[in-house]
Amino acid sequence: MSTAARAIDGAARDTTGSDLHAEMRAVTRVYPGGIHALAATDLRLRRGEFYSVIGPSGCGKSTLLDVLAGLSAPTSGEILFEGRPLDGRVPEGVGVVFQEDASFAWLNVADNIVFGLRRDGVDASEIARRLDDALRLMGLVDFAKAYPAQLSGGMRQRVCIARTLVMQPRMILLDEPFGALDAQTRLIMGDELLKVWRATGATVLLITHALDEAAMLSDRIGLMSARPGRIIEELATGWPRERDSRIAADPAFGAITARLWSVLREESLKTMRQGKPS
Amino acid sequence: MTRVGLIRLLVVGGFIVALELLCRTGAISPRVLLAPSDMAVRLIKLLASGKATADIVETLGNVAISLVLSVTGGFVIGALIHAVPRLRAAIDPFLASYYALPFFAFYPLFIVLFGLGRGAIVAIGFLFGVVAMIIATLNGFDRIPRVLLRTAAVHHMSPAATALLIKLPSAVPYLFTGIKLAIAYCFIGVIAAEFIMASSGLGYAISYAFNNFDNGTMYALMLFVIVLVTIVNALFYSYERRLLRRWGR
Repeated sequence: MSTAARAIDGAARDTTGSDLHAEMRAVTRVYPGGIHALAATDLRLRRGEFYSVIGPSGCGKSTLLDVLAGLSAPTSGEILFEGRPLDGRVPEGVGVVFQEDASFAWLNVADNIVFGLRRDGVDASEIARRLDDALRLMGLVDFAKAYPAQLSGGMRQRVCIARTLVMQPRMILLDEPFGALDAQTRLIMGDELLKVWRATGATVLLITHALDEAAMLSDRIGLMSARPGRIIEELATGWPRERDSRIAADPAFGAITARLWSVLREESLKTMRQGKPS
Repeated sequence: MTRVGLIRLLVVGGFIVALELLCRTGAISPRVLLAPSDMAVRLIKLLASGKATADIVETLGNVAISLVLSVTGGFVIGALIHAVPRLRAAIDPFLASYYALPFFAFYPLFIVLFGLGRGAIVAIGFLFGVVAMIIATLNGFDRIPRVLLRTAAVHHMSPAATALLIKLPSAVPYLFTGIKLAIAYCFIGVIAAEFIMASSGLGYAISYAFNNFDNGTMYALMLFVIVLVTIVNALFYSYERRLLRRWGR
């Protein structure tokens, strides 16, 4: 195991011993005003897998992540993390990375990354160790003293991912984290994410609207229907654990994206017929 | 120096030179206004004599206390109002029309409440400054990116911790506006209050000189107040610019 990987080597540990890491049972979410974001949705995340959720714009992907993270309460249904129902808070052991830049402009990169550790009163030497390893893993060693304003969008997102990683989450939820980045940076960041996933052993749930991203990164892909969204099909990619963006040259990659699009095209057309997404 | 800075300097310098010429040529009588150079000379002499030191210290103390109370109190009250949307909706019209109130008309009430001394003066300075800070805090909190509040939730932060560690720094550009206004309002409130209800301080000294036809001292102290407020604002502005540039704001 590399030094960087050791930074977060406690990530995948929990005490349940079950292969099922998180579960949504018939979860619905209706927003005030009657907007039905999620239909009765079932989702089972296996421990240590990389699962992507893909669907048309406004289908409720981000809502799904919000309720699974405990950031928003479901209207009905049940959500379990490591066998325990959510209690209205983000469960301990869950890290979330958002699409928008969530770096703290007033803190430098190092202070951003260790923000949560300091709040939790983690020992200074342990903080230094995890920071050092996270900086190396995310390629930010030379930027530890830089402020977010001095970094590119991709690097700021790495800071946010690093801030999540040092907390040693057992499950990492990412809400279109590369959505604001250019295509090449997205591919590189995808590789970084795979590296992090392998290093931590954490369960990863990625929300994306990019077919290639889902096909390249995931062990399994959940396809969502038009709003009110629910998982209508799951697809296993069968990729080896050691993989990166070069897998896009594999003939199976084309077959996977074609299958994704055949389902999503119909759902996207339904969304367009519904009018503007919420 | 930037072109804008140069123009600004020329405008101020031109005004002072014009005033100097008008006073020196007799177009403006020395009974009405002293030439700026005269004011400066008299101010230097006054400061060197030490006669104004006690008044300056008194006023700066009053302003400092009012400012600290206004800024901290304004932030805390603003944060509390922001946390209760219904309360905010009810209070908003009062905040909007607050500065239309003629505070100084109520000075007897302040004397009754706080006595003839520092308390009443500081209270007026505070009441002048605090609402600017409350409004700035509300404006700043309104514009905090939602993703930062969601990040606070992920870190299990309490409302107080979120206010101090996320909302406060995130709203800093707006809070700076509030602090700048609070500085100006506290100076105005304190010096004006000293005019009418004090027996020491710069406001009292200016009023005393005016009542005794001592134009030299009066203008010297007025110049001191202008220079002092300008320096305080310039220092704060420079700090604000450096900080916000580093943050990319």
